[in-house]
Amino acid sequence: MRLEPIANPTWTRSLGLPAVALFATVVVASLLAMIAGAQPFSVLGLIVKGAFGSKFATLETLNRATPLIFTGLAVAVAFRAKLWNIGAEAQLYMGAVFTVVLGTGALAWPAFALLPTIAVAAMLAGAVVLLVPTFLKTRFSVDEVVTTLLLNFVVLLWVSMLLEGSLKDPMGLGWPKSARLIAEARLPRIAEGLRLHWGFGLALISALVVWVIQRRSTLGYEMRAVGLNPAAARFAGIPVNATLIKTALLSGGLAALAGFSEVAGLKGNLTLDISPGFGYTGIIVAMLALLNPLGVVVAALFVAGIFVGADSMSRAAGVPTYLADIMLALALLAMVLAIMLTKFRVRRD
Amino acid sequence: MDILDILLQASFWTAAIRIASPLIFAALGELICERAGVLNLGIEGIMVVGAFAGWLTVYLGGGLWFGVAVAMLSGMAFGLVHGVLTVPFGLSQHVVGLGITLLATSLTYYCYRLALPEVTSPPKIEAFQPLEITILSDIPVIGPALFNQTPLTYLAFVLVVAVTLVLYRTPMGLALRAAGEDPAAVEAQGLSVSAIRICAVMVGSGFMAVGGAFLTMSAFNSFFFEMVNGRGWICIALVVFGSWKPGKTLLGAVLFAAFDALQIRVQQTPLGADIPYQIFLMAPYILSILALVVMSRRAQVPAALMVPFNKGER
Repeated sequence: MRLEPIANPTWTRSLGLPAVALFATVVVASLLAMIAGAQPFSVLGLIVKGAFGSKFATLETLNRATPLIFTGLAVAVAFRAKLWNIGAEAQLYMGAVFTVVLGTGALAWPAFALLPTIAVAAMLAGAVVLLVPTFLKTRFSVDEVVTTLLLNFVVLLWVSMLLEGSLKDPMGLGWPKSARLIAEARLPRIAEGLRLHWGFGLALISALVVWVIQRRSTLGYEMRAVGLNPAAARFAGIPVNATLIKTALLSGGLAALAGFSEVAGLKGNLTLDISPGFGYTGIIVAMLALLNPLGVVVAALFVAGIFVGADSMSRAAGVPTYLADIMLALALLAMVLAIMLTKFRVRRD
Repeated sequence: MDILDILLQASFWTAAIRIASPLIFAALGELICERAGVLNLGIEGIMVVGAFAGWLTVYLGGGLWFGVAVAMLSGMAFGLVHGVLTVPFGLSQHVVGLGITLLATSLTYYCYRLALPEVTSPPKIEAFQPLEITILSDIPVIGPALFNQTPLTYLAFVLVVAVTLVLYRTPMGLALRAAGEDPAAVEAQGLSVSAIRICAVMVGSGFMAVGGAFLTMSAFNSFFFEMVNGRGWICIALVVFGSWKPGKTLLGAVLFAAFDALQIRVQQTPLGADIPYQIFLMAPYILSILALVVMSRRAQVPAALMVPFNKGER
């Protein structure tokens, strides 16, 4: 077989194939639920109900989507320039660490000065972690997939060391957790009595900013050019390595904001489990969004909905929550295939 | 205790070879995939599948070698998915690989929960036992290290030799290497690049799964979540370190494992007691990154690695 580009894909093709991909994902997930001894339709209903069925559930989904928007944006920005940042998890934790370092009393400033300072410091910290693999890529052409992956393990161990050492809460009864942030360092809630913090607002603003950068700025143009064809970009006079470094700064900073928002908005202190793999899930979010920053918001809500819904479904129907991860992996693989088939026709020869 | 004393202990080298064994299987598998031109980031998840499939087979009453075969077949099944998506369809090898890792890992955990709903501690199996090769195992230090291991470890070393011979001494190996260097030339010879690459990814994934199975069937005797713990990613670094050659990759795996065995022992010395244990656990990952930097200068990357081949396209 060989692939033949389609000049003008029809609307039915462009929308139909992704729909088929999602449908196939749902069918396979239903079969797996049946194997677990549950009614497939009730399982799917329970997931939707658990994610969006009540005000509480919806707010929970929005809260869960917040870090995923940040990590999804981080991945989308990097992948667009073909900088394979698989290290959003490490960058998230760096952001969280610096939020705790500055937010537990080291700076006794009012909130309007303290919060932006912490956010910028967190972003810088996250950016630095990604700069190391990016520098190794541009200088020594070391593949950044492996280095960013390996750094995830290094940073997580470092955080574990801090939580048992200098960042350990003296009042923590021996648990490896940090002290709580002072009130000025906490992100306020969006509305009184609503269990949703401003991290979500910041995530939406970030998505908009990234969209503007990609669509309206020279940097956005350069990042796309480097991603499409580095050799051609270099020939056209685009500083390829400088563009990759700027991409890394943006991407690492965005991932670090996820850590900032989780600590300052949701948890109030740092533990070793603030992220159940948000950095890795960000890759799925970005791919489902086709690397579009505004699409990342939608994809993050979808992914968060599946996770939150699966949690409550699991309690009700007794199907393991890992069904959520399986659905996401299947959706990812089916979706990249479907998107490719909207642009190419398969020919036998 | 001095570091030199540790290095002269037979038990140290025995441990190093044991730690190296799963890495040898999986790195060899990755090497086969990459030599044919396909980066397989599914390795981490495929090792999880292999670890579980092999262990479950034995737990359900199958023989040990039957368990290894089941692990290999389950790895090959995921390899087939990876191969079909990345080779004829030419999808991003990064995205598909990570997707396969997520799919394989979550599917494994799902099946574990279904198979053993109410267990607090994972059940144990009767794992492979060391098989002493008489006379040879009497050689000081290296004797016990090399000749008092489980059969799976011997298999790992045999495979390194076998893969080297196949890659460099057979037409099949030549075709596989050519598919990773100059696919158009392979097609000109009337061979199918797609078929070669898919087969390579399947066989490679089978090896990765056996590497995972080593963990549950030889190194330990039960299945834990998170037990693969980044070994797959380290194997990808090992292949680069070994500049895509089986012998050098084996050497890298043994060196890495020796370092790992050393850090565990230094942790227990008075010197190690003053250092946070996380530093020791970090060391292997940092070492892998450094190895990548050092080796990248003279690395001979397969020319067509990560380049999809579409027939008739120039």
